[in-house]
Amino acid sequence: MSPTERTKGEMTDSSGKADPAGGRPRVVVEDATIGYDKRTISDRLSVAIPDGSFTAIIGPNGCGKSTLLRALARVLTPSTGAVLLDGKEISSYKSKEVARRLGLLPQSSLAPDGIRVADLVARGRAPYQNLIHQWRPSDEDAVAAALAATRLTELSGRLVDELSGGQRQRVWVAMLLAQDTPIMLLDEPTTFLDIAHQYELMELFRTFHDEGKTIVCVLHDLNQAARYADHLIVMRDGRIITTGTPHDVITADLVEDVFGLRALVAPDPVTGTPSVIPLDPRTATVRPVEPHDADPNHVSPLPRRQESTR
Amino acid sequence: MPPTSPPQPLVKGAPVAVPSLYGRRAAGLLVILAALGITGLLSVSFGANPLPPVRAWEVLWSRDGSEASHIVWTVRMPRTLLGVLVGAAFGVSGALLQALTRNPLADTEILGVNAGAGFAVTIGVGFFGLTSIHGYLWFAFVGGAAAMVLVYLIGSAGRAAASPAVLVLAGVALTVMLNGFSTFLTLIDEETFRALRSWKIGAIAGIGLDETVAVLPFLLLGLLIAVLLAGPLNSIALGDDLAASLGTKVGRTRVLGILAVTLLAGGATALTGGIGFVGLMVPHIVRWFTGPDQRWIILYSALAAPALVLAADVIGRVIVRPGEIEVGIVTAVVGAPVLIALVRRRTASGL
Amino acid sequence: MNKSSIAFGYRSRTVRNRLFSGRASVRLLTVSAVLFLVAVGLAAVALTHGDYPLTLQQVFATLFGGERGFEWTIVAGWRLPIAIAAVVFGALLGIGGAIFQSLTRNPLGAPDVIGFDAGAYTAVVVTILVIDTRSYWYMASAALIGGMGTAFVVYVLSYRRGIQGFRMIIVGIGVAAMLASVNTYLVSRAELDDALSVGYWGAGSIARVTWAPMIPALVIAAAIVVSAVLLAPAMRRLELGDDAAVTLGTRPGAARLGLIVTGVATVAVVTAAAGPISFIALAAPQVARRLTRSPGVSLLASAAMGAALLSGAHLLSLLIAQAYRPVPVGLITVCLGGGYLIWLLIRETQQRYGLAR
Repeated sequence: MSPTERTKGEMTDSSGKADPAGGRPRVVVEDATIGYDKRTISDRLSVAIPDGSFTAIIGPNGCGKSTLLRALARVLTPSTGAVLLDGKEISSYKSKEVARRLGLLPQSSLAPDGIRVADLVARGRAPYQNLIHQWRPSDEDAVAAALAATRLTELSGRLVDELSGGQRQRVWVAMLLAQDTPIMLLDEPTTFLDIAHQYELMELFRTFHDEGKTIVCVLHDLNQAARYADHLIVMRDGRIITTGTPHDVITADLVEDVFGLRALVAPDPVTGTPSVIPLDPRTATVRPVEPHDADPNHVSPLPRRQESTR
Repeated sequence: MPPTSPPQPLVKGAPVAVPSLYGRRAAGLLVILAALGITGLLSVSFGANPLPPVRAWEVLWSRDGSEASHIVWTVRMPRTLLGVLVGAAFGVSGALLQALTRNPLADTEILGVNAGAGFAVTIGVGFFGLTSIHGYLWFAFVGGAAAMVLVYLIGSAGRAAASPAVLVLAGVALTVMLNGFSTFLTLIDEETFRALRSWKIGAIAGIGLDETVAVLPFLLLGLLIAVLLAGPLNSIALGDDLAASLGTKVGRTRVLGILAVTLLAGGATALTGGIGFVGLMVPHIVRWFTGPDQRWIILYSALAAPALVLAADVIGRVIVRPGEIEVGIVTAVVGAPVLIALVRRRTASGL
Repeated sequence: MNKSSIAFGYRSRTVRNRLFSGRASVRLLTVSAVLFLVAVGLAAVALTHGDYPLTLQQVFATLFGGERGFEWTIVAGWRLPIAIAAVVFGALLGIGGAIFQSLTRNPLGAPDVIGFDAGAYTAVVVTILVIDTRSYWYMASAALIGGMGTAFVVYVLSYRRGIQGFRMIIVGIGVAAMLASVNTYLVSRAELDDALSVGYWGAGSIARVTWAPMIPALVIAAAIVVSAVLLAPAMRRLELGDDAAVTLGTRPGAARLGLIVTGVATVAVVTAAAGPISFIALAAPQVARRLTRSPGVSLLASAAMGAALLSGAHLLSLLIAQAYRPVPVGLITVCLGGGYLIWLLIRETQQRYGLAR
């Protein structure tokens, strides 16, 4: 049932929670300068993605989260430094070789006019196809499994244009799943979805994680990040502020420091993970719990408009 | 009449400060008038038999019966006059179109008006054997108007306002098609081919003063309508709904605008075969001096466009002497980069 | 064979053996095959028309009868290269159109709209008028250089943080306008005889194609088809957006370059031999897409459609020539295609708000 059965020749150490100390993680950024054209977003950045983790990259708009993710996915090439995959520089691999180890769910993808769900999902098999072998049984199995895992089997013959926003995003996830990579990079996968579809999708990613995949996800919603991720990378102004488990990382000080938002951090009544509740800037007090003596004038301005989408 | 804070189009950026705009307008007027004077003088001086501008200036004021005077008065004066007229016509019709369609890429050439007029003239010449402008002028009007209405209908199919991109593409499609028909007509009939070969590329040489005079009333009428429309066009710049709520008769303004463009572009095309890109470039240039007020844009365009046409004509006469390059070719070579710059400057959605 | 466990929403056929595996829509294959047959059929009918009318039986008897008489010269020597040109050039234009429509993600992004054939044409006119040659190789190289140069200029000018289809189209229109005025100038400066001949050819005519230019053109056409087949998977992936293409193992820069070169080559080959034949490249992929209901534009169906369209236009031009006067086939395609383009625009504007997205 699971679409994550390893294909032959795949690295074997990809599943299981590797401890950060022993062995080198599969995805490592070393001293990388990343940006667009001549505009540098992140200067000399170093970070590692723990194997088998559900990592969330968080930070205010324009902090370089998506840029970092795009560098991991080799959509952007660092001008200095390197992104290493399994110890080798990612650009030194054959393009399809990388595509079998690491897949990206881009922030925006374009569906060709008039394409149907199964056809689009099948395009995720491109890294395994060549001119003479375009549709092997393994391709078919992977597509069928991906459709089933994303509950799209019923919709597989429908036109993508006819689907709702939530269904369409599931199609793109299914395409990524069909690509059958041990590492999945997700760029703000829940943006533009309503709350039910957001959680539906996050649950889906959690099942992928449970099946042994390494998930790296750029998220806007701190509560979602804290609830689903087991490892957080917090960024601001292109730099990494801190990394660690949600429990260690998400504090009121950090939220104010990074996002400029005075907030209360309290355990999520459902999951016990940290959850962020903004203070009222007019009173800056918290009614039921400890009162804060905050100066309302100190509230930082709203974050700048996001520019990393394009 | 001091402008009462002109309506600003809803673009981002600092609002134009009115006092500095005054100075700008005055400076702009000086620059444009100087350019017009200089290009006019150059236009009567240069040619197969160039005169020193000083000499040209002399004979302009004293028609002394010398050879120079003969050349200036019988050949170059009519040509310069024609350049001024058609320049103003194409410049103002471009400004009108840009305002009417709220489309920075509008131009009679791009929107197919010239092609429509040209096609109709080709029919007139090829099928009805018309040889004088008195005959085919009306063909040009009808063709130009038909093309414009057609492009507008295509571009706005199903909606009130036509999207700029669709308008441009509709104009291009119609132009290509009509030019195809015209080519066909000229190819099957050598006489027509001969008669229209150089007419088709926007030449202002070799057109008699009488032809210019025949078209003159129509061009003047078109200019008059354009000036009268400037006020309503200012409110149309804010969008049809807002314009209507400001008391502008949107439909009437549109119809009159199309009429003015037809008179201007049709008449000028009948004379020259169509000079492209003048109407595209000039309003953008003068806007830099005038700000977004249509009254000034139309007025300044009427003055600046002739300077551009005369400059293009002089360049065309100078660079391949003793031959000539037609104005329409020079303006296309200069104007197309402007189109490209405009589309590069904006994001598609902002167009 | 192996029954598909996935409902694709249309009938498809899967072929699997040791050497090959693949899956294709039944409708796509059928429509393409029918269109190719139509193209060949129309071309065969065109063989019978001309100043010396023949029946279809006569044509076949001449072609396969082994007799090398007058009729053989007419059919095999004169009319056959033209008929082949109609099919092959039509197919090439269909491929070129499909490639650029896919790259620009816009049904209007055909090479003739973006000005590539204007560039190829300018280069050829210069070659004819200035170097005074009609050698195919000169003209083909000139067309290729002109087309590539134009493509390069358009690409560079419309590149601003990536290529955006709509911007590329308007830039192309601007560049095409410049080139068109240069062409007009060159033609207006030529001797009347030269000008008429260049003008006729410039409208796009296959009526004067002979074997001499056809043979090299066929060789290049074969190379183009091979390269299109090799690049087709990358083209499919680029359709999903650059990010998705990268993650699926494509190098967008290299793939795009290869596709542009291939697409321009189709235009250049046709322009060198027959002049700029407009609108086949524009219309064929879109009409084919509606007939096949394929996702995106299909190279195979576009080629078949292009071949059928150009063969049909060729036959039509022969019929008009019999009834009235010779008409360059390019004028027929312009008139049909221009009308089609306008219809397409009306449809698009009605369907959604504007083209710019």
